[in-house]
Amino acid sequence: MLPELGQIALLLALVAAALQTLLPLLGAQRGLASWMATARPAAYAQWALTLIAWAILTAAFVQQDFSVRYVAENSNSLLPLVYRFTAVWGGHEGSLLLWVFVLACWNAAVAWFSRSLPDVVLARVLAIMGAVCLGFLAFLVFTSNPFERILPMPLEGRDLNPLLQDPGMIVHPPLLYIGYSGFMVPFAFAIAALLDGKVDAHWLRWTRPWTNVAWGFLTLGIALGSWWAYYELGWGGWWFWDPVENASFMPWLAGAALIHSQAVTEKRGSFHGWTLLLAIATFSLSLLGAFLVRSGVLTSVHSFAADPTRGLFILVFLGLVVGGSLLLYALRAPDGRGGKPFSATSRETLLLANNLLLVAACAMVLLGTLYPLLADALDLGKISVGPPYFGLLFLLLMAPLVLLLPFGPLTRWQNEDASRPLRMLLPWAVLALVAAVLAFFAAPQGPWKVAMGVAGAVWVGAGTLRFVWARLRAPGGRMGAEMTGMVLGHLGIAVFLAGALLVEALSIQREVAMLPGQSLDIGRDSFVLEGVAHHVGPNYAADRGTVRMYRDDRLVAPLHPEKRTYVSGGQVMTETAIRAGVLRDVYVALGEPLGAGAWAVRVHIKPFVRWVWAGAFLMALGGFVTAADRRFRRPPRQEAA
Amino acid sequence: MNPVRRRRLLFVVAVVAASALSMTLVALALQRNVAYLYTPHEVLSGAAGPAVASGEARFRLGGMVAGDSFSRAEGSMEARFRVTDGDAELPVRYTGLLPDLFREHQAVVATGRMDGDTFVAEQVLARHDETYVPKEVADKMGLAHDRHGIETPTDASSAQ
Repeated sequence: MLPELGQIALLLALVAAALQTLLPLLGAQRGLASWMATARPAAYAQWALTLIAWAILTAAFVQQDFSVRYVAENSNSLLPLVYRFTAVWGGHEGSLLLWVFVLACWNAAVAWFSRSLPDVVLARVLAIMGAVCLGFLAFLVFTSNPFERILPMPLEGRDLNPLLQDPGMIVHPPLLYIGYSGFMVPFAFAIAALLDGKVDAHWLRWTRPWTNVAWGFLTLGIALGSWWAYYELGWGGWWFWDPVENASFMPWLAGAALIHSQAVTEKRGSFHGWTLLLAIATFSLSLLGAFLVRSGVLTSVHSFAADPTRGLFILVFLGLVVGGSLLLYALRAPDGRGGKPFSATSRETLLLANNLLLVAACAMVLLGTLYPLLADALDLGKISVGPPYFGLLFLLLMAPLVLLLPFGPLTRWQNEDASRPLRMLLPWAVLALVAAVLAFFAAPQGPWKVAMGVAGAVWVGAGTLRFVWARLRAPGGRMGAEMTGMVLGHLGIAVFLAGALLVEALSIQREVAMLPGQSLDIGRDSFVLEGVAHHVGPNYAADRGTVRMYRDDRLVAPLHPEKRTYVSGGQVMTETAIRAGVLRDVYVALGEPLGAGAWAVRVHIKPFVRWVWAGAFLMALGGFVTAADRRFRRPPRQEAA
Repeated sequence: MNPVRRRRLLFVVAVVAASALSMTLVALALQRNVAYLYTPHEVLSGAAGPAVASGEARFRLGGMVAGDSFSRAEGSMEARFRVTDGDAELPVRYTGLLPDLFREHQAVVATGRMDGDTFVAEQVLARHDETYVPKEVADKMGLAHDRHGIETPTDASSAQ
């Protein structure tokens, strides 16, 4: 009975979303206040209804109701309780329901926090968001119903994919979806502004915190996904330039460009049209990501099972959103005359360079990701684009960005005497160079990458701190939340740079056959395989290795990598043993038995790998802190008075 | 030409030059890092081209791991198996840890190059999901199966 109620809730949510789209939009067009006023209640209703659907699906998982097809496919009577909650988003239908729920949350949050907006603007913004929710709800209800029954009811479920039975998986998809769908807010604003025909700095100020929060969540989601792949896939890498990773990285890059261009538009009135276009592009790229992941058109380690009708649905939806918004943009875009003029040496110019580079990087990733699809469509063969393409071009595009970054905050708006920031940063450039030279000679391997990583990190870090120093020393100088957020984000880039380049250059990887008692020496460390024992978990049986790690012949720790075989499907999974540290991770994975008592063992030493995620965390924190600035909460009417 | 126009012209020229340069770089980088997917039949029949057969070109070999073909010298990391597409089989050599889902009769995609008659793999990928066959492999295997009038196994897996 309950699952049918869930389905009814979803259908009602669909109706609520349709109302939220139509009535306020028509009301705003005709100036009918009562029609416009329906937007808020409809948003709350949609939120409550999707929450009910969510709760019902969760209940079906907890109670192991295998008569629901989705539960039968993604759960099993042996599945531990905590994973029954998270299994809700372990497959296509449920993760789409999660997406719909997250959209409804943003929708309701905008309705709740938008009192300072004029009614007409709010009505339009909520109507656009209603339309987006409507699209996703229709997708869920018509192609991917999570409440579908299965007759006769199976006695046992197929089980949640063992890869997803992991704490990282509990938080990764929700964070990612919060990020993706959060870009709906600047998008809805951009469309509303285009419909209205005028872009107002006050409304733009209102959208900035939303964009920053969405971007922060997306950053966290991507970082967690990378961390999860690092310890769960057992390959020791943290980024593979896999199509699905790229799908989340493209909106991230566009979103990073968007938060910068929004700042310019809000403060200086420049780049109006560009900011609107970026808002449209960022959200469209989020949708494209959904399409790539769910349609199965791309070969990826993350793909959901392919289903052409779903792919077609998203493609049509994507076409409507992108085509419709671009058409509207072409018809109504503001001319480029707005905003105060600026010279070639000004903060505006630097931010323009930032935007160009980020968008170019985004286009490069897009091209590399879609090229195999294009080649397939043109019958040029089945190809894949290798990581070196992305790695090389990304490095080339990000190098100037890193070089220019410390100048940004130190340069004045409108016009700046170029020698002033140059003078301020010169000592730190020298410091970065000296550090790079020292690192180059100190590095045991990969000296160029080490030198680049150290130079980049010191340059961005010291340059950003130089700005903080200048700011605090100035008369009456203090740091608002917006500025603190910016500093945190930029420091995050410094930390990330150090991590990404150092781990790339200094990693050591050994794959060897080991007999019990045998030892493997890597530099000052040695690893001794003690033995492999059998071990039984709640829903799996495992071979559990004991590897003792010694440093300078002193025992550091025993490590326990596992090879698990899940009872339900017989699927085999590697559980790595990681000894994490600030300066390096030691990573041990167990391969297969090689006969005669020998085991394949993989040992990685990963210096500074944690810095990658620490940097991403700082960037996300920067986004959240920026959003908390009080300036954004001041109602625009007071400002004008 | 007045100074404003001249500056604009310079700006436009700079943008065009920059985009031309970046397009060239992108095209070069793409060309060098693209790996084609071939099945054993395509490699052996020469349809994949001479560069593939001679071992010059790096490519991806897709197909199923043939039954009873997996062997490993005791205590050694070097694994040998054959990849089949229904028409032809190609012996593969790989040194290293195999993915968890690597199994006989399962889809596999290996990256590497030919060395004589053997494909030497640098990387071997199997899929996450035991019933999932990579779409590109499924497409190519489908062609081989059509020729033999065999029902494509991927129909079963995509119906899940």
